[in-house]
Amino acid sequence: MSVATAFPPKASEREFVRKGKPPTEDYRELLFELEAKGELEIQRVPEPYVEVETKYGRKKKIPLEFTWHHKSCGQCGHIPGYSTAIFWLNRKLGYEYHDPRDQTSCTAWNYYASSTSNSAAQAAVAVRNFAQAKLDGFFPMIHCGTSYGHYKEVREEILHHPKLRDQVRKIMDRLKMPFVFPEEIVHYSEWIHVVRKEIAEKQVLDFSDITATVHPACHYHKLVVEDAIYDRELYDGQRTAIVTALVEALDAKAADYSTWHDCCGFGFRHILVSRDFSRSFATIRKIERMKEEANPDVTITHDTGCVTTLDKSQFSVQAHGRNVGIPVMSDAQFAALAMGAHPYKVCQLHWHGVDMKPLLEKMGIDHEKAWQEFEEVASRLKDNGNEFMTWEDADA
Amino acid sequence: MSIYKDAKYQDVPFEEKQKLFQEVKDDMRWESVMYGCYECGICVAACPSARFYDFSPRVFAQVMGREDVDTFYELLNDSVWDCSQCFSCTRCPRQNNPGAIITIMREVAVNHGLSSAKKALQAYSRIIYKIMSTGTQVAPDMLQPDFFPDWGPDVKDVSDNLDVWRRAVPPETMHTTELAWDVSEKTRLELYMIWKLTGNLEMIENIDEGIFMILEEVMEELLEEHGYDIDDFENVLED
Repeated sequence: MSVATAFPPKASEREFVRKGKPPTEDYRELLFELEAKGELEIQRVPEPYVEVETKYGRKKKIPLEFTWHHKSCGQCGHIPGYSTAIFWLNRKLGYEYHDPRDQTSCTAWNYYASSTSNSAAQAAVAVRNFAQAKLDGFFPMIHCGTSYGHYKEVREEILHHPKLRDQVRKIMDRLKMPFVFPEEIVHYSEWIHVVRKEIAEKQVLDFSDITATVHPACHYHKLVVEDAIYDRELYDGQRTAIVTALVEALDAKAADYSTWHDCCGFGFRHILVSRDFSRSFATIRKIERMKEEANPDVTITHDTGCVTTLDKSQFSVQAHGRNVGIPVMSDAQFAALAMGAHPYKVCQLHWHGVDMKPLLEKMGIDHEKAWQEFEEVASRLKDNGNEFMTWEDADA
Repeated sequence: MSIYKDAKYQDVPFEEKQKLFQEVKDDMRWESVMYGCYECGICVAACPSARFYDFSPRVFAQVMGREDVDTFYELLNDSVWDCSQCFSCTRCPRQNNPGAIITIMREVAVNHGLSSAKKALQAYSRIIYKIMSTGTQVAPDMLQPDFFPDWGPDVKDVSDNLDVWRRAVPPETMHTTELAWDVSEKTRLELYMIWKLTGNLEMIENIDEGIFMILEEVMEELLEEHGYDIDDFENVLED
């Protein structure tokens, strides 16, 4: 007769410790080998940097400053408070950065959405941006989750395909630019992750009553998975620690929900030309699950398409009586609000769809006064066609 | 000949299907995206498109693994464009990457100007033009209530106040309405050179001749202004 044992242990008692060699190659070793052969030039992560653990235990260097901000089309175009908040945080924490005009997007919309590009074109676009960052004397920090994931894919292709390297070299020679690749591909949310305690030290609002769900961006943790940040203290190290660690550092409650691994429904082509799909997936599989299982005050994510899809999809489904109404913002905006950033002049929340007012009230922000302050600046700009809002205006 | 009685595209010669199939397998990325399929269905469970379309990442892996050329051709024409490219399917325990298989297949469909690809990308040409001519693709002036009626009344507010609201954003690079940020002319020029040197324009010609002609005209003008001849930039991939 068999005897019942206490095995397997309850999930909460399990400890996941990765042993042995990581299952994936170390891209840095391969990069440095290519540099030693004179094939390309590696831009080192500048000091000061912080080392953090990635999925399979390798350490990744995240620079604190001297960063070249590789902006995101969707953030700058449709969610301008997203990029603004990233810059605002750098300024408030006193870190030097560069916001370049000599930057293109990764052009990966032509790769993942329409496939009207090819590996050589995509690699050349990436390397041109990296070369420009090196020439400008700053280290690339990627704002877009897709650009981040895509550049990691480009890195794999460059490392393993000599023919592609030859093609890229020829192109860069024609452009009269060096063949440069950065030591690390760094996403801005990784920078926020490593400065989260500094952010918390400068926090002026009480977030202890705020419950947030987190949507980890697919192209952050599903493309070239070994490069994403994990932490054994969070989710037993079984899920990326990005964003959740910030939410907890700001004393808000990070609430779990069953479909955390699902994508947002963005789909590239779909969000523009098949939005019935994006809308259905975003609301049925993500927002409604969050509502039913966690009922959060806000959902926080760290990529362009995720903010857009999760936010904008919630309007029209109300006509079908769907259980929606969760404000959506980026980790950068959430962190900036905690540090006292203006909700409209800095975080530009009027570009978002879902009503933010109940959330702002719960955060202790007088949104009516804040909107009036924004309108005063807007009115001044309306009367003076050549004027712009300055950083000083934003903090006034 | 397909094993299925009701198989589509039976009028397309097998040799033509085989040629396109081989192009997918000859792609340099192929060796790192397909290893074999356990048929466990984890990729399907993780796939958003599988929930709303008649679409399965597992079918792509199986068909490519079995070298079922007829079904490959059906997928290439019918469901290849349903993929969300989220790469949730990389949860595959065999380390397959169905999303990446689909990326390669889509490129083959575009390179051959398949009518199904043209149809799938019909409403998409504005984005292609924007990316290739400016280096950014999501512009503030795309937020038009006519195009995004389902995104709520805020779209109209943004559209009505676009000029002032864009100037009411602190970063200096973002005071733009037609571009996501202000891309320098030098950088646009370098981007055009990349499109020419990689044969990317020819891909566009295969899929949308109108967009190709406009793009070439815009690029030619800028290159000429800077003393370059567009014909000097030959496709380096053909070397």
